[in-house]
Amino acid sequence: METLGMLLDGFSVALTWNNLLWALVGVTLGTIVGILPGIGPALTVALLLPVTFGRDPIGSFIMFAGIYYGGMYGGSTTAILLNTPGESASIITALEGNIMARRGRGGAALATAAIGSFVAGTLATVGLTFLAPVLVQVALKFGPADYFALMVLAFTAVTSLLGSSLLRGMTSLFFGMALGLVGIDLQTGQARYTLGMLEMLDGIDVVIVAIGLFAVGEALYAASRHGRVASDVIPVKDSIWMTKEDWRRSVGPWLRGALLGFPLGALPAGGAEIPTFLSYSLERRLSRHKDEFGKGAIEGVAGPEAANNAAAAGVLVPLLTLGIPTSATAAIMLAAFQQFGLNPGPLLFQNRPDLVWGLIASLYIGNVMLLVLNLPLVGLWVRLLSVPAPYLYGGILVFAALGTYSLNHSWVDLATLFVVGIVGFIMRRCDFPVAPAVIGLILGPLAEQQLRRALAISQGDYSVFFTRPISATLLAIAFVALVGPAIVRFVSGRRRRAGAMAA
Amino acid sequence: MLLPKQRAASVGVALLASFVLVLGLIAPALAQGAVPNSLRIMAPASPGGGWDQTARYAQMVFRDARIIPGTVEVFNVPGAGGTIGLARLVSTERGAGDLVMITGLVMVGAIITNQSAVSLAQTTPIARLTAEYEVIAVPANSPFRTLDDLLKAFKENPRAISWAGGSAGGVDHILVGLLAKEVGVAPSDVNYIPFSGGGEALAAMLGGHVSAGVTGYGEWAAQIEAGNLRALAITSAQRVPGINIPTLIEQGVNIELANWRGVVAPPGITAQQRQALINAFDRLHASPQWQQVLVDNNWSDFYLSGDAFAAFVEQENARVTAVLKEIGLAP
Repeated sequence: METLGMLLDGFSVALTWNNLLWALVGVTLGTIVGILPGIGPALTVALLLPVTFGRDPIGSFIMFAGIYYGGMYGGSTTAILLNTPGESASIITALEGNIMARRGRGGAALATAAIGSFVAGTLATVGLTFLAPVLVQVALKFGPADYFALMVLAFTAVTSLLGSSLLRGMTSLFFGMALGLVGIDLQTGQARYTLGMLEMLDGIDVVIVAIGLFAVGEALYAASRHGRVASDVIPVKDSIWMTKEDWRRSVGPWLRGALLGFPLGALPAGGAEIPTFLSYSLERRLSRHKDEFGKGAIEGVAGPEAANNAAAAGVLVPLLTLGIPTSATAAIMLAAFQQFGLNPGPLLFQNRPDLVWGLIASLYIGNVMLLVLNLPLVGLWVRLLSVPAPYLYGGILVFAALGTYSLNHSWVDLATLFVVGIVGFIMRRCDFPVAPAVIGLILGPLAEQQLRRALAISQGDYSVFFTRPISATLLAIAFVALVGPAIVRFVSGRRRRAGAMAA
Repeated sequence: MLLPKQRAASVGVALLASFVLVLGLIAPALAQGAVPNSLRIMAPASPGGGWDQTARYAQMVFRDARIIPGTVEVFNVPGAGGTIGLARLVSTERGAGDLVMITGLVMVGAIITNQSAVSLAQTTPIARLTAEYEVIAVPANSPFRTLDDLLKAFKENPRAISWAGGSAGGVDHILVGLLAKEVGVAPSDVNYIPFSGGGEALAAMLGGHVSAGVTGYGEWAAQIEAGNLRALAITSAQRVPGINIPTLIEQGVNIELANWRGVVAPPGITAQQRQALINAFDRLHASPQWQQVLVDNNWSDFYLSGDAFAAFVEQENARVTAVLKEIGLAP
């Protein structure tokens, strides 16, 4: 096992006091910036980059990787407690996680997120250690047509989020997709629906819409009902920890989340959001407690959280092996490599094995540190929920506005936040689910770009979606996922009726 | 004994001499010494990109080489290809003598395609700093061995050649437009596939999903060196030292394109303020620290300051406008 030997060498690099300290600084910073909406790991690494100029590259990268992993852990905390996802990969976590928190199960939700992140992060790091060169060859096979098929598959995940009414759910989805049209069209460079405002040219930020629909909408809704209805936030009851039942229901989602997240994260145009959608809908289909989804099912937190952390490790596969950045943080890490005169790629593994393997070893260590750091914090965080509702929601509004403003220092963003917040309030009031809107906003533009790219390359020939094996397979799975349950219901319904007739 | 007239003349000479002397003492002080006491640098993009990096390295060198005595601050005003930062520079920051904004060829294009209400002509040009040259490459297993092969196929059936690059109307797109014009293909016939960010375009190239690709040399350098991509041409005027890629010009295609970056100041500043900013960047450019930054980041030195830079910006504007019009991205 050549790889194992090099990994051990890596541990000898990462386990020096100096580098352990860098890892600790990184994961602590990362957890903090992950919790604050608006300030993500990408921004943090960018700001620290000039500071590391001329210093030891190994220590710097260990710190950067800690920030990156830490940001993914921290993102779930506000999503669960305050319904305010800090970044787009935590949006799905907020769905079940926040409901759990409001039913007094916030501790269990935070714990399953933290442990799931640890399990998936570690599994994915193992994947990074042993599978990276193979996986990246598969990932490169994905062309625009295949990505489009993947987006179609991800869209089917929406079916598990539509709520009670198909019409309302689809309205919400199309509202999100319409918002996604705003801004410069990447394929033609033309502005769409920008109302003549320069600030709208870059489109509407997903995080702002998510915070607006979830947090602001929620706060307005709570305010509108205050005094008339008793607070629906129940402070922590029983133990803050996971019960035996919670453990049993979390293990499967953690492992499946890791299996989905790692390879999809490694795709050059995959991202960390799509695996969370797929994990959520998969867990919902597999769960024996389907009725609990939408009412605080722990599987709906465990799976997506595991998936987004595994995807974070997956992103490092194309970055380290080919120098392809696939997320904002990865792009800045690439700039960091270049600052130190290093070019990621196969040559990096040969020229600087100490750095590559030291970095990979530090990921294992960082994961352990994050678990140790985050589990005790759960007890502290859940106390937030005992804050009386008016103060809690007031705090959420301040927090949401601050986070939004810190993104671009733009008043237009703030205005967008509150307009979307009012829309979110109306949607909640009229029983429209908000999650499909966010999914439409994320997937709509991605699917559109890949579709048009695929057709431009094929010069308008639609058959590419069915002749390419990857694309055809993904579309077939999407078809089964969409139509399968209906057929099963139809068949079993007929059988039951037939049985009833026979009896 | 001197006659009154002579005396007057000699007093005049003495006055003139002392004036010249004083001027002689002051002028170099103006040229070398007078720099702003403090400086703010606006990066009109998010942290991490090329403009942001340029701003932050300049900040570092201003500090480390002790060029600016007071504070040097970097702030980001991201959005719309830098035109949001530009609008702010021209309006609310008018007359601010302690501010420069990073700009570049990308902004020249964005002003035109976004139909921005403000333009670089309204700013006070200070200096051009760096250049990165564009490379034209094909996947390693591509049938095109040389630039001639690629251009021949391009001429025969323009739409069959898909070109990967950055956003529509950006530097990569402008280069493909120039190339089409040069070989006699209508720029509107170019099958240009824009990708967001360098990573996706690189993945499409390595996976062989497109026929050819265009980007800044630095972004694909590692893959070109490792033999995963074949570089066919670089857009510099002469070969870049250390990069063994033939230029377009030496292969008979008369195009030179540098993705340059520079700094401009707000409108309405005084001549002294402008000179002080130029002095500061002259000294930045002369410092060994800046030269090291250029080497570490693979940036080519492309320094030009004052009026010459202002004239250059005008030329670039005319050239880019013409190309974007033909591609169909400018009104």
